[in-house]
Amino acid sequence: MTTTTANTTPLDVAAVRADFPILSRTVRDGKPLVYLDSGATSQRPLPVLDAERRFLETSNAAVHRGAHQLAEEATDAYEGARAKIADFVGATPGELVFTKNATEAINLVAYAMSNAATAGDDAKRFVVGPGDEIVVTEMEHHANLVPWQQLCQRTGAVLRWFPVTAEGRLDLSGIDELITERTKVVAFAHQSNVLGTVNPVGTLVRKAREVGALVLLDACQSVPHFAVNFRELDVDFAVFSGHKMLAPSGIGVLYGRRELLEAMPPFLTGGSMIELVRMEGSTFAPPPQKFEAGVPMTSQAVGLGAAVDYLNAIGMDRVAAHEHRLAERALNGLKEIPGVRIIGPPDTVDRGATVAFVVDGVHPHDAGQVLDSLGIAVRVGHHCAWPLHRSCGIPATVRATFYLYNELSEVDELVNGVREAQRFFGVA
Amino acid sequence: MYQEIILDHYKNPHGRGLREPYDAESFQVNPTCGDEVTLRLKVTDGKVADVSYEGQGCSISQASTSVLTDLVTGHTVGEALSTMDAFVELMQGRGTVEPDEDVLEDGVAFAGVAKYPARVKCALLGWMAFKDALARTSNEVEA
Repeated sequence: MTTTTANTTPLDVAAVRADFPILSRTVRDGKPLVYLDSGATSQRPLPVLDAERRFLETSNAAVHRGAHQLAEEATDAYEGARAKIADFVGATPGELVFTKNATEAINLVAYAMSNAATAGDDAKRFVVGPGDEIVVTEMEHHANLVPWQQLCQRTGAVLRWFPVTAEGRLDLSGIDELITERTKVVAFAHQSNVLGTVNPVGTLVRKAREVGALVLLDACQSVPHFAVNFRELDVDFAVFSGHKMLAPSGIGVLYGRRELLEAMPPFLTGGSMIELVRMEGSTFAPPPQKFEAGVPMTSQAVGLGAAVDYLNAIGMDRVAAHEHRLAERALNGLKEIPGVRIIGPPDTVDRGATVAFVVDGVHPHDAGQVLDSLGIAVRVGHHCAWPLHRSCGIPATVRATFYLYNELSEVDELVNGVREAQRFFGVA
Repeated sequence: MYQEIILDHYKNPHGRGLREPYDAESFQVNPTCGDEVTLRLKVTDGKVADVSYEGQGCSISQASTSVLTDLVTGHTVGEALSTMDAFVELMQGRGTVEPDEDVLEDGVAFAGVAKYPARVKCALLGWMAFKDALARTSNEVEA
């Protein structure tokens, strides 16, 4: 069960950090590592690493096939992880499909929709064609943009999008013109991977419901950082990835409402996902198996289950509260530096601990290099959100992303590092 | 990695700006960071008569394109290609290649960049544009 008793005790960050061996290493000639790139990938605590290793040392086998003891144990571990992860996001195990990553999860839905045209009556509601529209936003990660562009290209549907305001919020002023009877899918990020903006899921879901459109939520930057319940949000589909929430890479999650997953045609086909196979044709297993063709990743699922245990033990409310403090300090610290411009909301209202910025006169690559020389790992570039950067009139940003293991003092190191970059390039 | 020579070329780039006439133009972009360069090339009597460019990007990509113009302008196409090969070899050497200052002149300053794999593409952006423009020039000459 999800912990419901809100624990408001501040996080003991030092104790958390002790669980992450990589955080105690040094980089670039002995500098302590300041890891501010968890938005790209997070680090893994010992309980996750131990769970993976224990599984591989004791129970490794191909799941859902074979009747020997290891196969049984492996299947139990895999399905046990699914149940835990489903519970973590307010879903039932049958609504949770494991994929290679979140990108694959979005592609799964987009390809299932173009397969729907030839998949019979049950799949009719997923059919997309000329005259239909898919609505996204200008702040999407390429993973929640390109698959929809491609779906439109395959089917003749039209892609439309919400613009972004100067402050980095969704511009919803045209919502009635954008989400209409023609809209088949509304796909958007829960939290922007660049701006940190937390989008108004309720408003978009209500509008989508009015016109009968499906909603897909990209929850890659939300599920790791605050309590998220897909059922309460009333979205149809949602995706997130393991490696951004203390778990291994190689595992992503697609959530889909049960009745949708039952009616939706498969994307990848082959072993594991079938019910009955004859030379003339095949029928498919019920979800989630219908969407998990081939021998799935196993230790990764076990690792993600352990990550969920780890986060639950700490409490997502405490994680969120800690990140709120980090974001506030980062925004305040960076705003004080002349020549630094935050790309995204300037305050912490409906905003996560993802802080992107530009430094006048210092290209983000160069700022990142100076920070790296100080042991501070940030991301530079367009962060797989090129159209967003273009709309802001900038080629790239520096992005610091925080997680539960970051100290407030690391924020200060970032701020000092930015000042150092300004001095180095002679713009301070 | 940020040698004074690199910072000098970054702050005071040589040959910057797009000029006429030219035989070929190449637009190159680094898809991981969005850095861009548009480079024009004029070849006269087998010699690189002019290299002009515009771009946006980090100090490494901009300085390296500035150095490129110094190294190839006025030289024969053959010499320019062999200089390019030497620069590419230096950049792809992970810091193990000893640069020849007689060939690469200010380009030797980029030896340190070769130790940072993520930045090698930055240093090569302008050079890839030059290579592409040169190929287009030859195509046009042959056509």
